[in-house]
Amino acid sequence: MSAPAHANGSPRALPGTGASSFWGKLLEHRTALWRTASIGLFFLVWEIAGRIPISFAFPTFLETLRAFLTMLFDGSFVAAYAETLQPLVIGIAISAVLGVGLGIVMGLSRFAEWLVAPIFIVLQAAPMAALIPLITFVYGIGLVSKTLAVVMLALPVIALNGYKAVRNTNPSLVDMCRSFQGSWWQRIVKIILPDASPIIFAGLRLGLAAGFIGVILAELLITPTGIGDLITYHRSVADYPEMYAAVVSIILVSTLTLSALEAFEVRVLRPEKKKG
Amino acid sequence: MRNITAAASAAATVPSPDAAVEVRGICKMYAEMEALRSIDLDFPAGKLTTLLGPSGCGKTTLLKIIAGLIPATSGEVRVNGKPVTGPGPERAFVFQDFALMPWATVMRNVAFGLELKGVGKDERQAVAQKYIAEVGLSGFENKYPHELSGGMRQRVGLARAFAVNADVLLLDEPFSAVDEQNRRKFQEDLLRLVDLEKKTFIFVTHSIEEAVYCSDRIVILSRRPGRVAQIIEPEIDRTASPDAIRRDQGYLDTVEEIWQGLKRYVD
Repeated sequence: MSAPAHANGSPRALPGTGASSFWGKLLEHRTALWRTASIGLFFLVWEIAGRIPISFAFPTFLETLRAFLTMLFDGSFVAAYAETLQPLVIGIAISAVLGVGLGIVMGLSRFAEWLVAPIFIVLQAAPMAALIPLITFVYGIGLVSKTLAVVMLALPVIALNGYKAVRNTNPSLVDMCRSFQGSWWQRIVKIILPDASPIIFAGLRLGLAAGFIGVILAELLITPTGIGDLITYHRSVADYPEMYAAVVSIILVSTLTLSALEAFEVRVLRPEKKKG
Repeated sequence: MRNITAAASAAATVPSPDAAVEVRGICKMYAEMEALRSIDLDFPAGKLTTLLGPSGCGKTTLLKIIAGLIPATSGEVRVNGKPVTGPGPERAFVFQDFALMPWATVMRNVAFGLELKGVGKDERQAVAQKYIAEVGLSGFENKYPHELSGGMRQRVGLARAFAVNADVLLLDEPFSAVDEQNRRKFQEDLLRLVDLEKKTFIFVTHSIEEAVYCSDRIVILSRRPGRVAQIIEPEIDRTASPDAIRRDQGYLDTVEEIWQGLKRYVD
């Protein structure tokens, strides 16, 4: 019974060369294609939802896009991010150095783990948004408070990831380094750090994302400046497309920064992931 | 006719002047569990000695004590007459799971022992290049471990151990994570390298065939607590072809004899 089916099917194995090269090219970029399609679909649903409309405060995709481009070219984004990025960059820098450092120390020493890890576990579970008013009480409404908000959100996840990464270093590689008489310092720099780097960097990515949340929360809850001010202002005057455009810009900046961090990691610490 | 005589002597602890590694009264306790009980052994220089035994007999533990990676509870290990207190430059270790750095190329992995010693880049790469060629990995210098097969990865591990020019090479079940065909080829290559490098090899395996095929001397350990049960010196004509050795009646008899001895430890 299967023989005729095979005979019928055989011509299909030899499609026209022109068509096959077109589909071949399409297949090569299949992942990129699906991604674009998925984003396109999302925008389409957004546009439809905005036109129904599901709420008078919900703009369509095209209105938001127009507002986004206007704000991009009239300089309001540039001015806003110049302000927003200040506490973010300082806070992330402090969290990265302190978090990775503390994480490594906790991973290497049981005593440091006992001393420090519980603090971060509690901090990670604490509702940070509720603590931000407390910071303003102590440190006022300036840069210090906003930087602190970033640190409070970003530091625990960075430190805890660093700690777990170091604690889970491949013991066989550590033995290898010892057997070739590597010093304590060589063991940390040449074995433990590169081996732990994927998890440390996952922590940095999570920390960066948390830092974005921290700085936006600070700008919404402490004093409206930068991008938080854009959101607050446009909401208060009912310019909803502009308000949504500001929110979208945060997502864009945060995504781009995270991708850049990932690219940096692969380039500098784990070259073998570039090829495979 | 290549006849193999299995000379078994239960307590061959006569101190020989050409022993590269001497093990004296080594005991190892893990909490309440006794892993090794008063091991006395000599490992002759320039020979390949195998530690063979049922799983859990402490053969890897003994090897790691010799390597200085774990401390013995009591007893002493001497390498070239000097007591072992930790890892040293006269010993190099080959790991069961290869222990290659996944982020480093074959070249950097092989040169890593020299890198730790602070040897300059050009010099250590020249040395590494020589041993990469010797284990048959020329052309793979810039590959990463995940691009290699299991057998090739262990060749990297072996080249790394050769590169530091240690007198004693400690191999912990080096072929157990390598498939059967690659393992046979690897065993043949190992014998060639033993002949070429004139070093002392201590080799842990659970494969009787592998032990008889590769070794000048086989130390059989009993089940936990590990003790020296038997020492066998298979006298095999190594100049014969690998296939001839594997078909040799004496080779097969030695394998059978060891199996008869070990059978009682298997559940």
